Amino acid sequence: MASTYNEKGTPSSATLSVRALHKSFGVLPVLKGIDLHVQRSEMVFVLGPSGSGKSTMLRCCNLLEEPDSGAILIEGDKLTGPGVDLNKMRQRIGMVFQSFNLYPHLSALGNVTLALRRVLKMPREQAESEAIAALTKVGLSNRAGHFPSQLSGGQQQRVAIARALALKPTVMLFDEPTSALDPELVGDVLDVMRDVKEQGMTMLVVSHEMKFARDAADRVVFMDGGVIVEQGPPEQIFGAPTQERTRTFLSRFHG
Amino acid sequence: MEAIIQQFFNIEIMIKALPLVLKGLGVTLLICAVVIPLGALGGLFAAIASVSKNRAVRWTAIGFVDLFRAIPPLVLLIFIYAGLPFAGIQISPFVAVAVGFFLNNSAYFAEVFRAGILSVPKGQTEAARSTGMTQGQTLFWVTLPQAVRNVLPDLLSNVVEVVKLTSLASVVSLGEMLHAAGLVRSLTYNASPLVLAAGLYLVLLWPLIRLISRFERKIDT
Amino acid sequence: MQMDMFLDQFLNQAVLVKYTPLILKGAGVTVLLSVLIVLTGLTLGAGLACLRAYRIKAFSFAIVIFADVLRALPPLVLILLAFFGLPNIGVVLSSFTVLFLVLSLVLAAFAEEIVWAGITATPKGQWEAARSTGLTFTQALCYVVLPQAVRMVIPPLTNRAIAITKMTALGMVIGVPDILGQATTAQSFSANASPLTLAAIAYVVIFLPLVIASRWLEQRFTQKGS
Ligand SMILES: Nc1ncnc2c1ncn2[C@@H]1O[C@H](COP(=O)(O)OP(=O)(O)OP(=O)(O)O)[C@@H](O)[C@H]1O
Ligand SMILES: [Mg+2]
Repeated sequence: MASTYNEKGTPSSATLSVRALHKSFGVLPVLKGIDLHVQRSEMVFVLGPSGSGKSTMLRCCNLLEEPDSGAILIEGDKLTGPGVDLNKMRQRIGMVFQSFNLYPHLSALGNVTLALRRVLKMPREQAESEAIAALTKVGLSNRAGHFPSQLSGGQQQRVAIARALALKPTVMLFDEPTSALDPELVGDVLDVMRDVKEQGMTMLVVSHEMKFARDAADRVVFMDGGVIVEQGPPEQIFGAPTQERTRTFLSRFHG
Repeated sequence: MEAIIQQFFNIEIMIKALPLVLKGLGVTLLICAVVIPLGALGGLFAAIASVSKNRAVRWTAIGFVDLFRAIPPLVLLIFIYAGLPFAGIQISPFVAVAVGFFLNNSAYFAEVFRAGILSVPKGQTEAARSTGMTQGQTLFWVTLPQAVRNVLPDLLSNVVEVVKLTSLASVVSLGEMLHAAGLVRSLTYNASPLVLAAGLYLVLLWPLIRLISRFERKIDT
Repeated sequence: MQMDMFLDQFLNQAVLVKYTPLILKGAGVTVLLSVLIVLTGLTLGAGLACLRAYRIKAFSFAIVIFADVLRALPPLVLILLAFFGLPNIGVVLSSFTVLFLVLSLVLAAFAEEIVWAGITATPKGQWEAARSTGLTFTQALCYVVLPQAVRMVIPPLTNRAIAITKMTALGMVIGVPDILGQATTAQSFSANASPLTLAAIAYVVIFLPLVIASRWLEQRFTQKGS
């Protein structure tokens, strides 16, 4: 991709930049130099075999894992380094987990308001109205008082999306958001993700929902063995992959 | 600093106290040897009764357990030791301690065993009964082994509690470790014998406590 | 004949009437001590467990040693050490204070271990979700992890709190005028066992409801959990 570079040495237009990212667990190298730039309002899909480092890359993007080297930038601002308030930065990065990770002791509303009140220091009423707005976006304003144990998996994941969305993040990360769901509940969550994209959110999604990727993604990235093997528009990756490894991987999904 | 060493860690006095305190340790261990097996056995019976299908049996057992969990062991001990002579029943301190602690321990062991029994899935009993085993056989060969394994850390921590409990016997002048140490303290006006006893309790119980912590960590990971 | 003697010695009406006010006064002391011990012990224990969550080596080590030692030593040993030992180095505490301090610390030791177990049993994803929304470590601990951890361990915490508040009876040994202390004094004055009966009844009245409540709590929480 051709892009102009600003003085910080990043593509000036990128909302999320991952540069020369390396990460090992002990002696096991998991990420071996990842470079990835996600533009404003772009939805980038990450595919790859199990163990290829997709989750690790995503978790490095909000420093749930500490990178060994390389840089993560949000709108040109470095995530690491001296004088960076990590918690401030994390507000700009929403994350949705495979296992939802809703707080079981709080209602759906409580799940969404917690960070609004404690991180953004909003007064209660304002936090609640923001939370209701976020829950409305995922179609669950009528479940605000329910606890996670009273919600279906799909509803829980939508609350988790609302929790991230309410902070008005610059970019949202999704790590296999539908793979813990019963098949009939997947559609609701994907619909919500599509809405979020249509409202202009920048999204980095790890998922194996190929059909959704084909329909909704702007770009597909194929990872294997800790590196990006190839990337391009969905038509190209699914239609005419240039790399052998990509073909082998995709053939398993086409049967 | 000097005063603390003089008053709490006086080696000379500790050495003088050692023979008596060690003799006391022997009595402590003897009480444990009597009370732990008895209490565990009593607790096991009470636990089995407390999950009985028979309402009367079940509630009697639960009533027994709750009553003796509500009464402080020292109250029970003094009631037996100082009270019974008024009724013309003379008993030795050792018997008073054995009876009092048996009642107290049975209640606590019963709670642990009961939790263990309830933790074994119903399917286990059903499977065993379906192979023709009697209710008793099922309990003995299928339910209890699993129950005990499930609550092993709790059983061990109960054992620790019993060993600590034996120190109460000093109140009725049974010459166990704390009583011996207290005696030397009152003769020397120096707390070192008590520190010596504390050290021996630590030697005795710390390994058990570490073991319990190890078990517990294994269970939740 | 036997029965008469028993009633006369254990339920002697005159003695019962005479000493009931004294035992009630003792009950006041027992209840006051229990409340103070539970509040102090649980707060201190939960606080230490939280401190341990920061995994600062020196703190964690000190906390583990504290918890182990206080769980291994019989409370009566600690009570005697504090009551008879401390004055020798110039620290004179009332018997009430000694009992309160020792039992609070013992409860804190147990509570620390129990709450810590709850904290480590809270899924890692809860921390990650909290941190990913910008909560600090301390905020994640206070608002997300600790509430769940405490909920998980309410049954063992209640049982332990009851067991340790019952130990206020040990105060009798150093002359705390609690239920048992008053009862043994009354017993030697009246040369009759009825005050001991009263004491037993008083303890049952105070602690049996708590024991039953803890049984109910246990049932509720384990049913919900599994
Ligand atoms: N915390 C960790 N400690 C040690 N090894 C880890 C850790 N997390 C991940 N790994 C290892 O790193 C490698 C990449 O893991 P990662 O979870 O990023 O893969 P993934 O592409 O997301 O796979 P999947 O599709 O199964 O989710 C794997 O070999 C995994 O075992
Ligand atoms: Mg993964």
